[in-house]
Amino acid sequence: MQEALTTTFLVGLITATLRVATPLVYAAIGEVFTERAGILNLGIEGIMFLGAFVGFATAYTADQAGMAGYLWIGLFSAIIAGILMGFLMAFFSVTLGVNQHVSGLGITLLCTGLSLFGFRLVFGERAVLPSIDPFPQLSLFEGIPVLGDIFSQYLLTYVAFLVLVPLSWWLLFRTSLGLNIRAVGENPEAVDAAGLSVFRTRYLVLALGGGLMAIGGAFLSLAQLGAFTPGIIAGRGWVCIALVIFARWQPVRAMLGALLFGGVFALQLRLQTMGFELPFEIFLALPYLVTIAALALASRHVSYPGAYLKPYRRE
Amino acid sequence: MRLQIDKLPAPLWMRSLIPVVSVVVTFLLTSGFVLAVGANPVEAAYYFLLDPLSNPVRLIEVLVKATPLLMTGAAVAFAFAGGYWNIGVEGQLYMGATAATAIGLQMHDFPAWVALPLMVVAGFLAGMAWAVLPAFMKVRLKIDEVVTTLLLNYVAIYLVGAILNGPWRDPISQWPQSPEIAASAIFPRLIPRSRLHLGFILALVIIVVLWFVLSRTSFGLKMRAVGFNLDAAYFSGIHVNRVIMTVALISGGIGGLAGASEVAGIHFHLIDAISPGYGYTGIIIATLGSLNALGVAAAALFIGLIDTGSQTVSRALGVPAYLGDVLQATLLLVTLAMLLLQRYRISLRRKGSPQTE
Repeated sequence: MQEALTTTFLVGLITATLRVATPLVYAAIGEVFTERAGILNLGIEGIMFLGAFVGFATAYTADQAGMAGYLWIGLFSAIIAGILMGFLMAFFSVTLGVNQHVSGLGITLLCTGLSLFGFRLVFGERAVLPSIDPFPQLSLFEGIPVLGDIFSQYLLTYVAFLVLVPLSWWLLFRTSLGLNIRAVGENPEAVDAAGLSVFRTRYLVLALGGGLMAIGGAFLSLAQLGAFTPGIIAGRGWVCIALVIFARWQPVRAMLGALLFGGVFALQLRLQTMGFELPFEIFLALPYLVTIAALALASRHVSYPGAYLKPYRRE
Repeated sequence: MRLQIDKLPAPLWMRSLIPVVSVVVTFLLTSGFVLAVGANPVEAAYYFLLDPLSNPVRLIEVLVKATPLLMTGAAVAFAFAGGYWNIGVEGQLYMGATAATAIGLQMHDFPAWVALPLMVVAGFLAGMAWAVLPAFMKVRLKIDEVVTTLLLNYVAIYLVGAILNGPWRDPISQWPQSPEIAASAIFPRLIPRSRLHLGFILALVIIVVLWFVLSRTSFGLKMRAVGFNLDAAYFSGIHVNRVIMTVALISGGIGGLAGASEVAGIHFHLIDAISPGYGYTGIIIATLGSLNALGVAAAALFIGLIDTGSQTVSRALGVPAYLGDVLQATLLLVTLAMLLLQRYRISLRRKGSPQTE
């Protein structure tokens, strides 16, 4: 009995960990790319929020219009919105070369305002939150006890862990584009001298990063919740900024960081229901504190990309 | 005739036009959102910019809205001027509000001259305390303070939620809120029957102190040196870590004051929505104000105007009040771009005329 209970507990925990980690894998890898090219994109929190909103709003509208692939239409629109915001960030940090902290936060504030405004515009003030039928979970090992439960996840989760992580590692470290991205972040002068465009690479990478961040947000509204709420992102973007430092700008380590956060988050959800005499908010704060602790522990080995935060200008 | 652009600081009259041009561009860029609701953008601009100034009651409300913004703007500007990216003013505000409430709840047998200073001091110290960890991690472990201050905002808000649903749960109210603070702990009104309270004076004092410290003290010089170029400041013999620590803690303290002022002046009890993001708006204000005291004061009043206006726009034209948030963010980005112009001198010259510089 005791054993069965712990197995159920562990299987549930692992299943939830993978699910919670998914949006963080997308957004954190998006941020790995931008920071590898020397740009800190603090628009991440807002772009995730916008991705969640645009994804949900278009999916809802498409569903109302009776389109079968409404979820994919939502996801696609979210990606477009993320790419556009990536370009906006690029305009400020690359073309104008203004302060990346302030412009990034400005983009987060803009995306937050736009999403909340847009939500009111599309849905008005309703007593009941609008919702859609979310993406289904796909079972890889149907009927097999433990594996069947753990590998019953959303398609976007499988894509994150099995495709995105290896692909982005390969792209960054095994292709000439990846070399170009890393060089732009370490030594843009050399890239420029070699006749490659620093501007174009940074624009490309910020667009790619924005798209990934938006997928992270859209995962929450289109798969996990099937709805959009003002607290849907709740600082997950900022957690990703921390994870990227923790990961030393490596996609695989970023995934591990996302799993750590996901694990603590899934654990606190279970602890809440185990009858501790503590308010649930204490448990909710736990993943954020663990993220800060992880940063502190990893701090010894951190060395930022050489051109981090520096706009490139030909002298 | 041709346009000549020189890399020289723009003349003063041009620099002072930047805020005006930024506001105009912002309203043009956001007019599409007003049209999307089927309202008239010119009318919306009137409600945002002029209507709040049209009668004394609304004008006072602008000052009420500006009160916490003056403080969070000052907190952010002080930190940014010292090169410390304190994005944690929101959390520091929540902690200041909590500490001030803790004092205010115990003040039933004390007169106002005891209660008020105690609450202000408690708010300052609590905001300061909340700023210690990121500052310490910055100077000791070289951990980017942007991330840690941001993450602690969420911890602070959850903590307030935990207190309100736990020990301070007001049994009478159905909302999670603390009992009301003692009457002696409530900030006196500056104008009878209005919401304008002592916190506004406190905010003005903070602005004056900010101006004095930044431009009239050797510490202000040191912290601006650190903010301008950390390595150069270090090699010129400034105790960089000590300066960063001081800047971070004072900035946090000012954030805490904003929280104390909202509890003692507006709400009279702690609620979980004590701030709709004043800490983040502080970043907009500090940037619009170019990190100097006078600029921050002007920017806070302007954002207070827009905040007041967004309520009216929402009621009069049916435009969601979130348009105010969109406007503020757009204004921040437009100003960031416009500020670049102050580095250049643009002039019309006749072809072939000699260079003047």
